[in-house]
Amino acid sequence: MLLSNKWLNDYVKIDVSDKEFADVMTMSGSKVEGFGREGAELKNIVVGKILTLERHPDSDHLWVCQVDTGGSAPLQIVTGAQNLSVGDFVPVALDNSVVAGGKQIKKGKLRGVESAGMLCSLGELGLTTHDFPYAVCDGIFVLGDDCDRTVGTDIRAAIGLDDIVTEFEITPNRPDCLSVTGLAREAAASFGIPFNTPVPSVIKGEGDVSDYLSVEILDSKKCYRYAGAVVKNVRIAPSPRWLRERLRASGVRPINNIVDITNYVMLEYGQPMHAFDYRFLDGGSVIVRNARAGEKITTLDGTERNLTEDMLVIADANKPVAVAGVMGGEYSGIMDDTNTIVFESACFNGPSVRSTAKKLGMRTEASARYEKGLDPKGCRRCLDRALELVRLLDAGDIINGVIDCDRTDNEQRTVPFDPDWTNRFIGINVPHDKQIEILESLSFKVENGMVIVPSFRGDVEHRADIAEEVARFYGFENIESRPLVSTTAGMLNETQKLRKLIDNVLLAQGLTEIMTYSFISPKYYGNIKLPADSPLRNSVVIKNPLGEDTSVMRTTAVPSMLEVLSRNYNNRNAGARLYELSTVYIPVSGEALPDERQTVSLGMYGEGCDFFSLKGVIEELLYNLGISEYDVDAVSDCVYLHPGRAARLTVNGDESGVFGEVHPDVLDNYEIETKAYVGTLCFDVLCKHANLAKTYRQLPRFPAVTRDLAFVCNKKLPVLTLERAISEAAGKNLESISLFDVYEGSQIPDGMKSVAFNLVLRSPDKTMTDEEADSAVKRAVKALEKLGISLRS
Amino acid sequence: MKSQLEQMRRTAAEKIAGASGIAELEALRIAYLGKKGELTAILKQMGSLSAEERPIMGQLANEVRAGIEALIAQQFEKFKEKEKAERLVSETIDVTLPGKSVALGHRHPLSIVLNEVIDIFLGMGFKVASGPEVELDYYNFEALNIPEGHPARDTQDTFYITDNVLLRTQTSPVQIRYMEQNKPPIRIIAPGRVYRSDAVDATHSPLFHQIEGLVVDKGVTMGDLKAGLEAIAKGLFGNETRIRLRPHHFPFTEPSCEVDVSCFRCGGKGCPMCKGEGWIEILGAGMVHPKVLQNGGIDPDEYSGYAFGVGLERITMFRFQIDDMRLLYENDVRFLSQF
Repeated sequence: MLLSNKWLNDYVKIDVSDKEFADVMTMSGSKVEGFGREGAELKNIVVGKILTLERHPDSDHLWVCQVDTGGSAPLQIVTGAQNLSVGDFVPVALDNSVVAGGKQIKKGKLRGVESAGMLCSLGELGLTTHDFPYAVCDGIFVLGDDCDRTVGTDIRAAIGLDDIVTEFEITPNRPDCLSVTGLAREAAASFGIPFNTPVPSVIKGEGDVSDYLSVEILDSKKCYRYAGAVVKNVRIAPSPRWLRERLRASGVRPINNIVDITNYVMLEYGQPMHAFDYRFLDGGSVIVRNARAGEKITTLDGTERNLTEDMLVIADANKPVAVAGVMGGEYSGIMDDTNTIVFESACFNGPSVRSTAKKLGMRTEASARYEKGLDPKGCRRCLDRALELVRLLDAGDIINGVIDCDRTDNEQRTVPFDPDWTNRFIGINVPHDKQIEILESLSFKVENGMVIVPSFRGDVEHRADIAEEVARFYGFENIESRPLVSTTAGMLNETQKLRKLIDNVLLAQGLTEIMTYSFISPKYYGNIKLPADSPLRNSVVIKNPLGEDTSVMRTTAVPSMLEVLSRNYNNRNAGARLYELSTVYIPVSGEALPDERQTVSLGMYGEGCDFFSLKGVIEELLYNLGISEYDVDAVSDCVYLHPGRAARLTVNGDESGVFGEVHPDVLDNYEIETKAYVGTLCFDVLCKHANLAKTYRQLPRFPAVTRDLAFVCNKKLPVLTLERAISEAAGKNLESISLFDVYEGSQIPDGMKSVAFNLVLRSPDKTMTDEEADSAVKRAVKALEKLGISLRS
Repeated sequence: MKSQLEQMRRTAAEKIAGASGIAELEALRIAYLGKKGELTAILKQMGSLSAEERPIMGQLANEVRAGIEALIAQQFEKFKEKEKAERLVSETIDVTLPGKSVALGHRHPLSIVLNEVIDIFLGMGFKVASGPEVELDYYNFEALNIPEGHPARDTQDTFYITDNVLLRTQTSPVQIRYMEQNKPPIRIIAPGRVYRSDAVDATHSPLFHQIEGLVVDKGVTMGDLKAGLEAIAKGLFGNETRIRLRPHHFPFTEPSCEVDVSCFRCGGKGCPMCKGEGWIEILGAGMVHPKVLQNGGIDPDEYSGYAFGVGLERITMFRFQIDDMRLLYENDVRFLSQF
């Protein structure tokens, strides 16, 4: 909302700097986005009078003028414009001046003739012919008699380009502040100046409006009030300068007096108005009704629109002439030969206007206001104001009376006045009479313990709303902060603690955390080779996505991880070790909401990365979560992983994730030209089995005996099989067993491998003898022999 | 014999002083003090001495022995020191060669700031709550006093799944869900992802993070809200930070305010970061609307509360002076490893 300072001054005189005005208004709740003076960039441009006009000696299109700019001698200026005459008053950009767009003007020579400056067009002042309809658009702006034509006057003052405009951000609960009078009320209350809601005078005219117009509201739930007035013999002309100036300052283009009046009233009072050409209103009747099935209307913007039965229209005896509260029909507008008009000032149901505007895809200035809920009591006042302006502008002959179809209840909204509650709720101590003063400055009334809410404040319905009014004019800055008194224990729950632990363990292992979008393209499932019937392809689908790439909620975080690996690879980063604690969204049949599951997603490529470095990360994670019972099995059916380099993690029988080397096809899909590794673990399963309880174990008191053993076995046999057999056979004194070598090659038969372990044996209660150790080793060797595995000789 | 001893002491002292190293020193010790050494040889003459002279000479001989031993020991120490000094010199390394580190991973900048916020609030007695991202219209709008047709729905361009299910546009639905399950006193923050239909650019993302805060208890006032907000501001941006509450409107709080912090770069004097304002808007807050308390099953006549919502991306970007939001979701390791 742009507010003209000149206009504001009609209602309330505020004598402070622009900055202070902005600050005070912001702190009382009308947020100022910015402010500035019109024509601020123009410098050194004054009114001049053309004394003589002669052809340039060396040009067939340039003119040499002598211009009086109020100085001791006339200035000689060369111009190319063809619309000048001696005696014209024109804007003169003097030496060292600045015109619109920031262009600097200096004196100089044009084809050998001295020119002390430049004569300006409207465009060079930042204006258009909408601002000065009598000016020519491709020549110099010749000032009309609506300008101050004293030579030497600053051009901005001379043509009224000197308003201060403040831009406000108005919140949707305050449509009353989308108006000059609404902001004037707020300003007056902010500065402690009295303010009276303006009441336009009722203009008497000739004839009787009921001979021209009838109004009928067929759906009073969608239209609370419809007021209409008629003006005949309209004299379409440009509006006077003061009115054009105010529209321009408010960001509205002046058109002609009638259209300008409707806009002026809307800006002044906040109520959208419409003017119909009476010629096209069949039967002189206005019927506010729902559209009929199949009905169409071509709106003012020239588009044909299909209406549906839930849309409210303004119709005449035969056809819709406007979409109520949104836009008029093409024949309803004002034309050059319009003779008689009907002014509409109506109040429509906000949500209904909003839904219609949305369905038709046309949010207009009017619909944006209506959908916030306007003051039904304001309709009549606005119609009176429009007629007042018609009279003032002599824009037509007013027909006596107004048709006012009012379906509102006349109940006043009241809220109990509870100043003590307000003080307690806000944490302030404002005396009762001060609270009443604040409320009355905002046009509330306090009577018999009740606050009577003005009709334009649809947002006030509870004592908390009253408290807010008191608080914002008492000043939020004056509320003393008071730390909470009662205490509660702040702590993370078990899941949150585990999450934090997982973060820390992965970070400590050199993995960097990433964050990726939760929505992906369904095509990404193809990129990881999910078969057409994979249950993971069943995603939560967004009805109105921004684009395909963000159109479904992911059921797996693998594509997100691969995308990030790919981006890093293609950004020529040598390597990346990444993780994400990500959410996946699994639809649940019969439920409105999906199951939102957390997963730990892992990914890496680059030097030092292989299957086992990924596995190591997972093992370390499991160790730190206190998970010691788990199985890692080879899998060959995980579609996006290498069939020979993929594993499944199972914790206590619960499938907990898969990991491995990325399938070469998938690498191709992601344009990664090196090996990459990904894994995904179920956060919930990890949490379920995590055990962070720790009990101290006594440090060993007796020395250990170590033995190294190497076996030769079939190379396809998993090392884990050997390890388990040895552990089982060696007995309780086997403290640890660790693999230290796997070897294939010379001295080992084809198809076989040598596997070497280091065994640490220790007894908890005595020094172990070599004989005891040897017997444990012997048991182990025997156990392996049973599996057909022999000691390497 | 006395002169022999004296003579030996003198020559030994000279030779020890002139010794070139530990080996020569050892040879001298053997030559003078060894079993077959000079001193032993001289002492063999003891037998020819008188009973009176014998103890005197014995004492002298012991003195000489001790003297030579001391000299040798002294010299030995010197050589040891010298040898050590030489070894240390020869062991000199180039300390400017790179160190061998175990590289830690890097936390995502959003996580860094989120963890700080969580720590601040844990210290103030808050718990951390969460709620679904795919949410019912009821929790995201209706229960928060934003009925169908309310213009506030337009300011939050919503992604819909069905007419009734959407991607939450704010973390505020957690307020209702938490109140439904818990009785006051309530003190929670609820961080999480939210979604709005904004095309990606330097300052917009269709997905971003909010941190919701909710406090409900008997007698909670706007003064409490102010104190809570001051704590966040100081915790995040330093102890000197001041806050400013500007009246605003949110459907689910009344009164509502937008909260500015004094610019953490210029301290409020005005600079390019705060666009000369001295203040930077960081969050929205207010007293929980009575209807919202009611919708959460809490009696607004008995309890009151405050709520706030912070955009995590916004404060993170300010905090690290990140000028493009896209960097946060591109996850380039050259970016991430800066944090």
